[in-house]
Formats: sequence, structure tokens, C-alpha cells
Amino acid sequence: MTITEKILARASGKARIQPGDVGFASIDKLMMHDVSGPGVIKVLDDWEKKGKKLDRIWDPEKVWIAEDHFVPNADKVSAENIMALSRWSRKYGVKKHFKFGLGQYGICHTLSHEEAMVLPGQVYVAGDSHTNTTGALGAFAAGLGHTDIAYVLMYGEIWLKVPETLLFKVTGTKPAYVMAKDIILKIIGDIGTEGANYKSMQFSGDVIENMSMDERLTLTNMTTEAGAKNGIIEPDSVTESYLRERTRDSYSKILGDKDAKFSEVFHYEIDKLEPIVAKPFSPANTSAVRELEQVEVDRVYIGSCTGAKLEDLQAAAKILKGKKVKVRTEVLPAAQSIYLKAVSQGLADVFLKAGAVVGPPTCGACCGAHMGVLAEDEICVSTTNRNFPGRMGHVKSKTYLASPLVAAASALRGKITDPRDI
Amino acid sequence: MNTIRGRVHKFDSSNIDTDVIIPGQYLKIHDPKELAKHAMEGIDPDFPKKVSQGDFMVCGNNFGCGSSREHAPIALSRVGIKAILAPSFARIFYRNAIDGGYLLPIEIERKTLSKISDKDELEIYFRENKIVNITRNESYRMVPFPNLVAEIVEAGGLINYRNGKKR
Repeated sequence: MTITEKILARASGKARIQPGDVGFASIDKLMMHDVSGPGVIKVLDDWEKKGKKLDRIWDPEKVWIAEDHFVPNADKVSAENIMALSRWSRKYGVKKHFKFGLGQYGICHTLSHEEAMVLPGQVYVAGDSHTNTTGALGAFAAGLGHTDIAYVLMYGEIWLKVPETLLFKVTGTKPAYVMAKDIILKIIGDIGTEGANYKSMQFSGDVIENMSMDERLTLTNMTTEAGAKNGIIEPDSVTESYLRERTRDSYSKILGDKDAKFSEVFHYEIDKLEPIVAKPFSPANTSAVRELEQVEVDRVYIGSCTGAKLEDLQAAAKILKGKKVKVRTEVLPAAQSIYLKAVSQGLADVFLKAGAVVGPPTCGACCGAHMGVLAEDEICVSTTNRNFPGRMGHVKSKTYLASPLVAAASALRGKITDPRDI
Repeated sequence: MNTIRGRVHKFDSSNIDTDVIIPGQYLKIHDPKELAKHAMEGIDPDFPKKVSQGDFMVCGNNFGCGSSREHAPIALSRVGIKAILAPSFARIFYRNAIDGGYLLPIEIERKTLSKISDKDELEIYFRENKIVNITRNESYRMVPFPNLVAEIVEAGGLINYRNGKKR
């Protein structure tokens, strides 16, 4: 069995399972945020209105909450949502509630690894599609909607179909100025936005073994854009040292069997890979950066769970150091802990002196919510994960998805720019 | 439920994503009536005015890709859509539609897509897994629901299906 199959077998109390099996799996961790949470609460309220009283939830210790999409409160409605979440977590005794302006907080998928909220071998579900991110820790992590999350809160389990696994073996020497974002955009460009629909995407190979956790998280984060149920990387020494710095909790890691069956194996030899962007309006609509250098941009956005981790900010700062941006540039670290490090390591200083704005952690304009949404025909180079019509604002705005290096280089020239040319 | 009948709203594109079904700025809203006003706003802002209760949508593959927002099936269902027929669905949209009991995501064969036109009248026979196009006097195969999914549909959603029982 693959690592995904072994985790799901453990969670469903079975010795063996295979792709296509449908059954219930017990859940180890659950998260909801200020967009999914109020929807979940509404499902539970509707249930109570039918006379079905819900005195307690399945396990308050296994549930955590993040305020990330509409913080700082964008308006009265989002303020109400934040208050409703706080009332709910108090009522049901949920203690892990990361609040805006109260110590550590940030984008949920960033907190899940920064705070080690999820551990290797666990089954983690959350009310957000980019839950796949957390699979980089060697957990099964998948996104669900409001009703499914409400169901897990009641019963601690959910039905799942065991996915087939696609294995992506990434080998060779990673060229300078190529990041995990370029690798995953290359893969999505090849397999398409439904290339992994209902399936698991697993990454291995020497490039992955030598890759830092921050970079691995970019790969698993974007498996969502290929339709994947989950993205996963087997835990190794990188995982262990990453977690040792963040938690004392013990875990029993699960690895795939040597004779695991993959429905398909893709080999990527990346010695010659170049920086890549995804053009509007699909993450699969990819081009080499150098083919697009005539494209003028209005704005650069360095943010989100995909592209505002510490190493993303370090990469952007390396390009921007001592220079001035030519177009509006916004940098939003993905969590308070990352923001603090950006300050103490002098990255915030680099961004501010370059002329960029450094704002609070939030999902913000990545999902077109607030904090810098795009106008009609506005063109943005963004380190985020999605560029469907209207994703970051006006339905006729245009987002080019790129690595932090490409985004920073483009900010300096005001055109889509290959960082090797700076 | 054995048969449903409805009129088609055809969207030929593949990869119709949740950002066009219900744009991100409305995610803070949780009132179905409000959400319904913006259903499909990213493609056709007049869509809510064109739909009658019980209508169907027929769409390209990978319908509902993108975010996990349950706002998407809620908005479509509240506007009146009873079923969406497509060659494939994004996984979270599919789950949300079924588990929330909002509307029926029905998988059709790829070749069927071009045979159905806007405003056609369809009848879906669930026991026979058959779709009849009354306007064109044709019939097509519906990919059957897996057993558990069929039971959840029958119960009207996942929470009703379980209904507080021990398992």
C-alpha cells in the first residue's frame, strides 16, 4: 500500500484497503476558519432547529480554528462572523483558536505546519480546499465543505473513497532561481486542472529529499489545482527536524510499502527547468517566464499560504534588497510568527525600503476578499495558487501565478521578469 | 425519488470554477437567499433571473473546481437548480452537493455533452440510470451513483442519513 492507503487503512480500522474502496475513516484533526466556520455553525444550527440537541462536539481537543480570510474585519458582516466563531469555540470548549491581533495567528494552512497542529500519519480534514498543503508533513490532509465538517464535529469520522496515487519522481539538480513553485506549475501545466481529480499526488526523488519543508509545502499546496484529493510526501529527516523545532508531541510516522502500487509514475528531470508562470485564467496555462517578458504588470502580490512562508519572503528579499519597486507591491507574511522573523531578519526593512507595503497576515486578495483586490483589466503577478476569472477581484482582472523570485523581479521592472536577468 | 424533469441551461465550458459560481467577495455571506442573487455571477450576472425552480444545468467537465466553498451548491440550489449534468465534477463540489442535499451532480458520458442544447427538456430516471431528452426524443446513459452516495441522496443529505444513530 502507498502511504495514503496505509494512513486511511489505519483510520478505518482495516488491515488492507485499495483504491476505489468507499468507507468511513476516523479523523485525527479538524480545522475551520472564518469562511467555512459560520457555514458549519449554520448546518449545526439547522440540525438543532429540527429538535436534535447538540450538547457537545466529538472532541474539542482535536478541533482548531483560524481567523484568516476576512481579517482584519473587512466590514460588518465579516466582523459578525468573527464574533460568531468566538462564541462557538467558547460554547464547545475549543481552546486552539488563533485570533487576529492576539499573538500567533495567520493563514490556516500555514499555522497547521508552523504550529505543528497536524502530525505525520494523521488524518486531517478542514473546511478549505488548500488543506492538501499539510500533506507535506506526511499526513493525509483533504479539504471538505460545511456539511462534511459539521458531520465530523458530530461523529468524528467521514466517508471517503480511497484515491489512486500518482507518483511524481523529481530528480536532478535544481537550477539556481528555480523554486518548488516552478516545479509544481510545470506539473500542473502538463497534467491539467483535472489531471489528478479524485486522486492522490505523491512526491519523491532526490530533489524532494533535499528540499526544505517550506518548499515541499508549496508542492502539496498546489495539488489542489490539479484536482487532487490530497498531496503527500513521506516523512523523513527534514520532516523530523522541522517538527522537533515546533512540538514535543510524539507521533508514529507511516511510510508506504516497498511494493506499493501507483496508478501512474511521472518522472521529472529538472536540470534544465526554467522559471515558469501560469497565465490567466488557469493554473495549468503555463509558459516559461522568458516568453512573457513583454507583459507589463500593474501590481505584484507576495502573500498567501502558497507564497508567503519564511523562505518565500527570504527569496523575494534577495531580489529586492537595495532596489526600488516600479509597480505597486504588497507583501503579506502568512503568519504572525513569520512576520516576526521577517522583521528580525531584516526582510521587512528590505521590502519597506524598496517601496512595498508590508501588511498583516490574511488570505486577503488571494481569494478576492479584501486588502488589495484587483480592478478591471488590472494585471498582477502573484505568489498565490489560483487565477480563475475574478479570483483576485474583478472578473476581467488578470493574475499571473509565479514564484516569489519571479514576483519580486517583476516588481523591479514593472514587467514579467526572469529573476536570472536581475 | 425516481424521476425528475427540468429545462436545461447549457454552459459548454470545462473547469467552471467556484470563483465564477459565487465570487470570493460573497464568502462572508451565509444566507442562501442572498447567495442566490449572485449565482454564476462570474459568467452570467442575469442567470438568477433566467432560472425556474427545478431547472437543470448541463456543463463541461470538472464542474465546480477550485475552492471548498459550500456557498456554490447552496447558491445554485436556492436559485432553483435541481441537477447539474457534466462529464466530471471537482471532488469537493460533488461531495458538498450530495452531503448537503442541495442538488444532484449527475455524471454523463463525454459524448452526451454535445447532444444536449440550451432549453432542452430532460427527464432523469434514477432507477434506470437513464436521461431522456424530450425535446430531441433521445436518451442517454447516466453514470450510476455509488451505493453509499445513492443512500445519502435518498436520505436528503449526509446528516439526515446518519440521523444521530450509532454506527
